Amino acid sequence: MSVFEYVRAADVGDAVAAVSADPAAAYLAGGTTQLDLMLKDGVVSPDRLVDITRLPLRGVTRDNGAIRVGALTTMEELAADPTVVEHLPLVREALLAGASTQLRNMATIGGNLLQRTRCRYFRDPTVAACNKRRRGSGCAAVTGAARMHAILGASEQCIALHASDLCVALVALDAIVHTRRTDGARSIPLTDFYRVPGDTPDIENVLEHGELITAVEVPLLPQHARSGYLKVRDRASYEFALASAAVALTIEDGAIGESRVGLGGVGTIPWRARGAEEVLRGAPAQLATFRAAAEAALEGAWTVPGTAFKVELGKRTLVRALETISGVEP
Amino acid sequence: MSATVPEVAVTLRVNGVDHELRLDPRVTLLDALRDVLGLTGTKKGCDQGACGACTVLLDGRRVVSCLVLAAQCEGRQVTTIEGLSQNGELHPLQRAFIRHDAFQCGYCTSGQILSAVSLLREGRAGSDEEIREFMSGNLCRCGAYPNIVAAIREVAEGGGSR
Repeated sequence: MSVFEYVRAADVGDAVAAVSADPAAAYLAGGTTQLDLMLKDGVVSPDRLVDITRLPLRGVTRDNGAIRVGALTTMEELAADPTVVEHLPLVREALLAGASTQLRNMATIGGNLLQRTRCRYFRDPTVAACNKRRRGSGCAAVTGAARMHAILGASEQCIALHASDLCVALVALDAIVHTRRTDGARSIPLTDFYRVPGDTPDIENVLEHGELITAVEVPLLPQHARSGYLKVRDRASYEFALASAAVALTIEDGAIGESRVGLGGVGTIPWRARGAEEVLRGAPAQLATFRAAAEAALEGAWTVPGTAFKVELGKRTLVRALETISGVEP
Repeated sequence: MSATVPEVAVTLRVNGVDHELRLDPRVTLLDALRDVLGLTGTKKGCDQGACGACTVLLDGRRVVSCLVLAAQCEGRQVTTIEGLSQNGELHPLQRAFIRHDAFQCGYCTSGQILSAVSLLREGRAGSDEEIREFMSGNLCRCGAYPNIVAAIREVAEGGGSR
């Protein structure tokens, strides 16, 4: 384990200045990704850790049609927020489907957005071929054993999965990421926040070095919307998704109005399935519609032998999620 | 470890007692408890946030102590298995675990019990299904799960009162 200096940030401006000025510095918040990768896996080795856990970026406020979630709010705190409980069941279900209570008490919402992949080749520095760790080195997952890997946004360059449950719901809801840089604040739609691997799997999002997430804004669904999160996995609890779906629909007189679909367990980034949403919008709320939406959602999947099963599993997961919230009998 | 590491001054409040320490910043809360303070009741299982053996309460909430830096705990309250008994009497959950034979090798037990203390405070022990779901962060390789659930249920239903 390499040596680092530990610094407690006094305020947001100091924290941003300290990390921005030092290419070898990194933030430390909940620690469930950062310390795991540093202390245990040895995958990242910043020279300086700026602890932001005491900054006043914690808590949830409601503002008209949205909630504003401070970046240091924990997953457990957000899941217990009264507005989330009442108006955003898909967010609450996605949060509680993730990790364990211990980890949800530690992990922050800002950190959840930035969690690194669980790809075992990425997390094993003795594996030389990993384009995400070292651009141009290859991808051991594509040629080796793969299972917990992505099929959407994937290519022979990288099939590492974005493992967040929460972000699948947030990307479906058009959440907005608020950040601070040394030259001021900016807001980034979550749907524009992540970058598919392409030729640069090492670049995962649009943040600049030192840019700090301060809050995530989550628009509320219409009062009469039905929503939910379905996660399919190898064991009943405390496991990453093989496939998941965050869905929301409004239904009037049997016809679908607004539709939102996010997919997890299948994407290199939290996946917004706009093709599926278009199929759903205006169509009758029935099984045939859901199946057509699922076909659209998984279009363009890129698989290796170990991940081929996820195409059908992803479709069935989405169909089941839509059946469940709409009350349509299978 | 290198001698050039700048140490961090930290006051750890563990089970109500303050300990003023100077630590290498790389020291986790788990290692500080076990190796610096000699509180070996908290166990190191996977040391990677996956097994729950190192569960402690931090400001009353359960966390895995292997993924917290000791330096981050300045001014915060840590509760370990050593801090659960009162006036020499075991906590009701400790007694229920013994009564129900809720362990075999015992390595996961202190983490299970701290997690269960938190589970009861969270109000998540309403059914066996709920107990299983919200205890899923604590693995037991001996497979004592049915007895662990039974012990927790008994205390949740008031059967384990002192």
